[in-house]
Amino acid sequence: MLSAYIPIAIFVVVATGFALFTLVFSSLLHPEKYNKVKLEPYECGIEPMTDARDRYSIRYYLVAMLFVIFDVETVFMFPWAVIFNKLLLFGLIEMLVFIFILLVGYYYAWQKGALEWV
Amino acid sequence: MIDQFVIPLLKIVIVLNATLVAVSYMVLLERKVIAWAQSRLGPMRVGPYGILQPVADAVKLMIKEDITPVRADRWVFTAAPIISMVPALIVYAVIPFGPKVSLFGRQVSLSITDVNVGLLYVVSVASVGVYGIILAGYASNSKYPLLASLRASAQLISYEVAVTLTLVSVVLMAGTLSMVSIVDAQYNGRVWFAFVQPVAFVVFFIGALAETNRAPFDMPEAEQELTGGFHTEYSGMRFALFFLAEYANVIVASSVATTLFLGGWLRPFPNVAMLRFLGFIPSWTWFLIKSFVFLYIFIWVRATLPRYRYDQLMRLGWKVLIPLAIANLVVTGIVKVLLS
Repeated sequence: MLSAYIPIAIFVVVATGFALFTLVFSSLLHPEKYNKVKLEPYECGIEPMTDARDRYSIRYYLVAMLFVIFDVETVFMFPWAVIFNKLLLFGLIEMLVFIFILLVGYYYAWQKGALEWV
Repeated sequence: MIDQFVIPLLKIVIVLNATLVAVSYMVLLERKVIAWAQSRLGPMRVGPYGILQPVADAVKLMIKEDITPVRADRWVFTAAPIISMVPALIVYAVIPFGPKVSLFGRQVSLSITDVNVGLLYVVSVASVGVYGIILAGYASNSKYPLLASLRASAQLISYEVAVTLTLVSVVLMAGTLSMVSIVDAQYNGRVWFAFVQPVAFVVFFIGALAETNRAPFDMPEAEQELTGGFHTEYSGMRFALFFLAEYANVIVASSVATTLFLGGWLRPFPNVAMLRFLGFIPSWTWFLIKSFVFLYIFIWVRATLPRYRYDQLMRLGWKVLIPLAIANLVVTGIVKVLLS
């Protein structure tokens, strides 16, 4: 069964090789006339004063954490969905309990305002 | 030896080339369609009706000066477009373009490979592309790319949840994760999943628009607020790789939607004997036609709809699509138990 993954491994090598090849090939062709102004980061013509990696909104962390929770939940659902034809009612009730717990957390996050952007 | 290495390699080369051509011509198609939507002509200069425009674009990007800003992290700055592009391409490894056919006396399946967790592979590999975007923004060390990459990654992971949940209901219908078997399930079930899972289909399509950063969800490239998005600092070939990844993702999304919801390579009404005369059209043609329809809708949506605001985007993703996807999943499960 593992042999089905050999083409994928080949594809990864070919795709990476293609990307590197185009980069190297174009570096042989393109001009290199750099100067100080050209190499500055783009900031609408103003000279950058500080490092750009500043603090940013806490919202992004919240989204990332919610994503981890929900995505792990969905990963649990995939095997359940594959053998659902054998489980039927038993599987349905089990999954309803699982989704209920998920929804409680979802409702909590909603009420706490974690899903609001502004 | 031949079955394990040579034939897959041939298929990979064919698919890779087809993708590159498709990407460059999708750019032309997009420019043309949007131009027609706005009563313009679009590219007309290079070749008759501009059909050689993609070639000119490729040559131009090849010989453009490639700039690495002084403050940028050199290695990550170069690695980011590669990390973004490779996953976009290798998703094609599991997409079935047709059933097994005999070529030169040899049974060849028209997919590069068929792994038994195909759908999971698509979902997981497609999301690796986020790393490329966030690394690009971070390595650029410039304000606009950083903000855009944060936005892009938040948007991608938000819609990922809804899309993955809708895929679970497709798996529920098919009872398998293999892409080939999902198409077979639509043949055996006598109906395309778009008709039994309309909610999943719509949620998937909206999610696909958001996941590929397409209008009306193209906040990461909102040029009025963020100049160029996460690739503002990129130029030349490294920019081209991002561009390639973006359009390759759109084509992947169309192919996956075709496979899961529109019966993949199956002709319309595959079980109706009266339409058997359509069998002279090779199966992969149907696949390409259906994918093309999706691509066209992607462009059509872009030409029609204005851009969402960021908080509207997040609200749609978290408060509308996720509950809808969960409800659809529960209803599907209940109906399946009732029908059994």
